[in-house]
Amino acid sequence: MASLDRVKVLVLGDSGVGKSSLVHLLCQNQVLGNPSWTVGCSVDVRVQDYKEGTPEEKTYYIELWDVGGSVGSASSVKSTRAVFYNSVNGIILVHDLTNKKSSQNLYRWSLEALNKDSSPTGVIVSNGDYDREQFAENPVPLLLIGTKFDQIPENKRNEVLTRTGFLSEDFNAEEINLDCTNPRYLAAGTSNAVKLSRFFDKVSTDSQTENITDTRTNIIIIIVNSAFTYMSYI
Amino acid sequence: MFTSQVLFFGFGWLFFMRQLFKDYEVRQYVVQVVFSVTFAFSCTMFELIIFEILGALSSSSRYFHWKLNLYVILLVLIFVVPFYIGYFVVSNIRLLHRQRLLFACMVWFTFMYFFWKLGDPFPILSPKHGILSIEQLISRVGVIGVTLMALLSGFGAVNCPYTYMSYFLRNVTDSDILALERRLLQTMDMIVSKKKRIAMTRRQMYQRGEDQNKQTGFWGMIKSVTSTQTGSENLSLIQQEVDALEELSRQLFLETVDLQATKERIEYSKTFQGKYFNFLGYFFSIYCVWKIFMVKFWSQHISFILVGIIIVTSIRGLLITLTKFFYAISSSKSSNVIVLVLAQIMGMYFVSSVLLMRMSMPLEYRSIVTEVLGELQFNFYHRWFDVIFLVSALSSILFLYLAHKQAPEKHMTL
Repeated sequence: MASLDRVKVLVLGDSGVGKSSLVHLLCQNQVLGNPSWTVGCSVDVRVQDYKEGTPEEKTYYIELWDVGGSVGSASSVKSTRAVFYNSVNGIILVHDLTNKKSSQNLYRWSLEALNKDSSPTGVIVSNGDYDREQFAENPVPLLLIGTKFDQIPENKRNEVLTRTGFLSEDFNAEEINLDCTNPRYLAAGTSNAVKLSRFFDKVSTDSQTENITDTRTNIIIIIVNSAFTYMSYI
Repeated sequence: MFTSQVLFFGFGWLFFMRQLFKDYEVRQYVVQVVFSVTFAFSCTMFELIIFEILGALSSSSRYFHWKLNLYVILLVLIFVVPFYIGYFVVSNIRLLHRQRLLFACMVWFTFMYFFWKLGDPFPILSPKHGILSIEQLISRVGVIGVTLMALLSGFGAVNCPYTYMSYFLRNVTDSDILALERRLLQTMDMIVSKKKRIAMTRRQMYQRGEDQNKQTGFWGMIKSVTSTQTGSENLSLIQQEVDALEELSRQLFLETVDLQATKERIEYSKTFQGKYFNFLGYFFSIYCVWKIFMVKFWSQHISFILVGIIIVTSIRGLLITLTKFFYAISSSKSSNVIVLVLAQIMGMYFVSSVLLMRMSMPLEYRSIVTEVLGELQFNFYHRWFDVIFLVSALSSILFLYLAHKQAPEKHMTL
């Protein structure tokens, strides 16, 4: 049962793409000075104002779980990683724009995470092959982030952006391309910042509905149980 | 002859693409070419030994191929690979990016200096040869390669029985793993709650700080100093707790991975394939123990088949070990450097295998090897190998014993 007001977002991607720098930028609004290897999982918290300016304004803590490693890891590492994939409300897929393999590996990353998802609405996954329809009706919101944007020379940018366009279509997700060492990309008012807050709002809403559905389901179960007990006395 | 070289080249290329560079993008094709070339020429040397014993091709053509192969391999191992290693290491360091060619050359010259100095303390060759002759170069390459081979063999001889024999496997149950995983998740939850407190405190400080800034004057200044001080003291305390918890979570993660790996090994040993390898393991362990204690282990009457088996298993073992090593330590930045280092190790390993194998071949076949490689003090290499092998085996025994001792203690505290 998901605990109240917990919003958990996974940050997945190959090693070295810049997940830790990204998480640091999103949570501390500062550039990470000394990136180093992530062993296991590192968590950070982002304070997000949901529906700012409206009477329904609420402050959420969004937990960003940065899971380290590569898709080709030994199965012992994969089964240990799987404990982090429980009750996830959203997934941020990070890839390196200068490395095509990291974008291709995202399919395997998403399958690994979604296969282990134990949310009550349960995604029925096929035998492990990539299936586009499964992403179309996927209840877990995805966001695609491409890093090291500044390292792409001007003349290659269009080609790269087309490629990531196809990727975001496949995942049925929004995409953001940025450079984690420059906070300007996520400055307030940019389209990137808008996409980001839309994603976090969606994640928060979904977790709310999940909580409400859970509570509703629990209430219904209690009512039905008491009805049966009452009827058995008749 | 050349067709087989092309074949080996293709095999090396495939191995590179499929196994080593599965997760990375090949940006610099030079690395791939160099690796495949090293692999191809190393395998050709073994092929030449087999041809020697079989008597295939004519004697003069064999001699020609030997010489050619030797020149190329030495060229690659001493000039090409170290230069590229230096080049890629230097290009990774951002400061020296501009003049990387210059620094790469400097690194190469340093390498050559140490390489040369290596020959001095060893009685490897007679003084009648010139400075830049084949014998000088081979002798040095041989020393490094033989040391490497002995280290790897010593460790392998001890590690092989340790891995395969189920006697050494600890008893790991599912509940152990579940308990560890629960602890890991609890630690992560604690980290999360502390970080939420930090974020909340920071936010409050920020908001209060804004109000404070509006207050001017003497009292305003004093107030702001005192309030932020307690705020930041709290923050640094919580931050320290978070750091300690994060370190704990990392350790728990690594322990869990370790337990999962042990559990998988136990399951594997129960399957039919596992039982077969288990039996092999007993056999090998006895053989390895015998090897450790019988220092003069190459007897005079070892036949061609054994030489062939040794060649094949050592190539296979080396490739597997290199792949595992590569996965363990590579990242997208350093993958180029590591592959080149592996190519260097592989080349030196193969050259020194040829040197050592001379001892195990019957007398009539030794002549060509002696002829080609010139006058090297072969006995020295054998003695050196035995010494390093013993040292490596004993230290690996000690190391594994300590590691094994530590493991049950860790689990007592659970």
